[in-house]
Amino acid sequence: MTLTDWNPILGRLTLQSLDPLKAVFDPTVNNFIASGAADAVVVGALLGVVLMTKYRLWKPLWNNWLTTVDHKRIGVMYIVLALVMLVRGVVEAVLMRAQQADGLHGGFLSADHFAQLFSTHGTIMIFFMAMPFLTGLINIVVPLQIGARDVSFPMLNSVSLGLTVAGAALVMISLVLGDFSTGGWTGYPPYTEAAFQPGVGPDYWIWSLGIAGLGSTLTGLNFIVTIYKERAPGMKFMHMPMFTWTALCTAILLVFAMPPLTVCAVMLALDRYAGFHFFTNALGGNMMNFANMLWLFGHPEVYILILPAFGVFSEIVSTFSGKRIYGYASLVLATMCIAVLSFTVWLHHFFTMGQDADVNAAFGIATMLIGIPTGVKIFDWLATIYRGRLQFTVPMVYMLSFMMLFVIGGLTGIILANPTVDFQVHNTLFLVAHFHNMLIPGLLFGMLAGYNYWFPKVFGFRLNEKWGHVSAYSWTIGFVLAFFPLYAVGLMGMTRRTVSYTNPAFQPWFQIALAGGFFVLFALFSMGMQLYVSIRDRDLLEAGADDPWNARTLEWATPSPVPAYNFAIVPTVDSRDAYAMAKASGAAYMSPARFNNIHLPGKTSLGVVTAVGGTALGFGLVWHMWWLAILSLVLVVAAFLARTFTEDEGVTIPSGIARRDFDAWMKRIRPEGWSDDTAPEMPGLETAQPMEHAE
Amino acid sequence: MTTEVLKPSRGYALIAENDVHHHDHGEKALSGFWLFMMSDLIIFGLFFATYLTTLNKMAIAGGPTPHDLFELKGAAMETAFLLASSFTFGLSSLAMKYDLGTSKVVGWLVVTLLLGAGFLFFEVSEFSRMFAEGAVPQRSGFLSAFFGLVPLHGAHVTAGCLWLIVMLVQIRVFGLTDAVKSRLMRLALFWHFLDVIWIGIFSAVYLAGVAQ
Repeated sequence: MTLTDWNPILGRLTLQSLDPLKAVFDPTVNNFIASGAADAVVVGALLGVVLMTKYRLWKPLWNNWLTTVDHKRIGVMYIVLALVMLVRGVVEAVLMRAQQADGLHGGFLSADHFAQLFSTHGTIMIFFMAMPFLTGLINIVVPLQIGARDVSFPMLNSVSLGLTVAGAALVMISLVLGDFSTGGWTGYPPYTEAAFQPGVGPDYWIWSLGIAGLGSTLTGLNFIVTIYKERAPGMKFMHMPMFTWTALCTAILLVFAMPPLTVCAVMLALDRYAGFHFFTNALGGNMMNFANMLWLFGHPEVYILILPAFGVFSEIVSTFSGKRIYGYASLVLATMCIAVLSFTVWLHHFFTMGQDADVNAAFGIATMLIGIPTGVKIFDWLATIYRGRLQFTVPMVYMLSFMMLFVIGGLTGIILANPTVDFQVHNTLFLVAHFHNMLIPGLLFGMLAGYNYWFPKVFGFRLNEKWGHVSAYSWTIGFVLAFFPLYAVGLMGMTRRTVSYTNPAFQPWFQIALAGGFFVLFALFSMGMQLYVSIRDRDLLEAGADDPWNARTLEWATPSPVPAYNFAIVPTVDSRDAYAMAKASGAAYMSPARFNNIHLPGKTSLGVVTAVGGTALGFGLVWHMWWLAILSLVLVVAAFLARTFTEDEGVTIPSGIARRDFDAWMKRIRPEGWSDDTAPEMPGLETAQPMEHAE
Repeated sequence: MTTEVLKPSRGYALIAENDVHHHDHGEKALSGFWLFMMSDLIIFGLFFATYLTTLNKMAIAGGPTPHDLFELKGAAMETAFLLASSFTFGLSSLAMKYDLGTSKVVGWLVVTLLLGAGFLFFEVSEFSRMFAEGAVPQRSGFLSAFFGLVPLHGAHVTAGCLWLIVMLVQIRVFGLTDAVKSRLMRLALFWHFLDVIWIGIFSAVYLAGVAQ
């Protein structure tokens, strides 16, 4: 990029940057796909705007969603973002599988386009699918599980969402304007330095991750304080539900593991924008510093992703086995062990990059050690299922396929943890198969199980079981077909991130993998169908949504959908599985003697300001539109400063409303002809008998 | 009544008699701020680590060495200004704690601000001297790491000064309300934190560099 291409208004944006026009300039299959994707984003956005305007939804959207500080609504917005990005990530994945199925001596995609696909696929799935999904679930569930009215910093929560959205928006914009990085989701320099990729690609990568990463750090901070300070009276640490424990460990990891990502992204930006030599080839740069810092973030990140899923599975297995969880204390300890060990293994991501054998051995052993606490968890879950009263609901199907598949993935991880083996298979599709084997059955199934499990809590009606089962089985079959062949083809020597190959023996494996890709597409379609059918039949699915699973923890001890203030009366807790204990002792539905007024924080537009300003800032930096970058930064800072000069008076919910909601809930949940809470037909009394299942 | 028998204790009931547990917002904000500083400390730690990996021939790449570049005089002046500013901020905090009057609080804050600005003045003139000698970040990996670490601290001090100015305005507008006091406490933490970082920079960068 020479200086002559730059103009003060548009920066380095030109007509050639418009991806929808690519097919016009050079009509190839490759360019039609690129332009088609760009058009899809533009048309999708326009369609959204038209529909919103037609149904006059802008005002409700602004008042009820964009400016809200309600943790449940913020959580829902995170998950909506995650699902949208999931669709894009899956479509990209299937496109890559199609290319490789056709990739003997060529294929239909250009190498550059393929490289952009795996870069955006990885970036999106980790930062804009997985992270928003788990952050959304944590947002919705944790304050309810600890019996709190909201998080400690509701406005900051909205700002964190704004930062995440800004990062996602930048990745979406890269589909329409200019190219994304071809350096993979890890963005290793020197290949991502200006010398090799002078265009906008790596800049999109830097700023989308940098901005979203800041949001994640702030979310972590928020939830540590929330879990420490907002627990219901009487709730000790060892009374907390497992999901809250995993959320706490994830939050701690976020605070300590996101900074390395920020640092290496900023250093790479300094190299690219200001000619520094942190990671360049020349004049004393050292890319190993990048590799170390990226994985100092990247390995804890793996556990940021998986721990909440472990938490979801712990809740599910206990609820649907009708027992308290087996080995609670060992699960807590295992979670903390994993969180600590996650900082000690980062080097196994680059065994082949020049350390001596002793260093590799130390990190290999540390890596294998993580298998121990993870194994503890698996056995605890198995023991919970043992002699339980199992209900084969959709979350439970996800749980069971997780347990089988995740163990296989874990075993291949132990294989990779051995440096001598790693030298043989590193950078092959064996590795790709391994980490997808951890992240799809582990993280994604966990998130989807949580989505099915908590949906009735948030919206007041259950999701359709039939389509849910179809979707869960399709995900499982699709995953097995798509990734098990990659183990084989990886062992045969096929390198990862490779657009085409010359060995005909690879091709059948890729064709099976493509078939798996179609199953995954179908799984995605059936999730859409499930949502559609459930919304259509919501009147039928409302029945019993207050506590559809006979659950055990506090989030179910309040009506569904949860009122803005969460609990009419903040619960008092003196045991684990507080709700199950209360149900079993017939004390779950006692009407309080009196209701108080409830004070809640007021709305804020700072989240929206952050989202728009953050996107504009990133966009300005990517395209070298310095005026836009400076302007948006100044405006965002001014908005925050202005906020500190106003006092949030909040809203007060009158006690009468709390009483009305509470009475309506009682009317729903108490069976016909109710006489008192200990009547045998009360929900929970028959099945929840925690005392009999002493560990 | 049978209910009495079936309920093991009042304990399993979710509703307590009294629904009063009010957490102080200032206390929560302070906890959150500690966490923010821990996170920030990791950022500094990584810039320190990067700097330490560049103290070798390869990273210096034939450019100026620490020994050529650093002068203790400037760094010592900066240290004196910053440490003094931490002391005066402490005096302001004491004045706030013992209600010695808004004017005392504000007075010491103004002195702190001037000392902070003095620190920045000396730091910037140090940098411009280095620039004039051709020691620019584009010269070598070592200089990139130096200009990553030390100005990062400077940027923090600048942010601290701006925050201080905002707080002076807020004291003027609102007086020493609880919200303002809580913000001042967090600013004080931040300011002392930057002092601690500077001690690290003075030792690991300047003293070690000159001693080489």
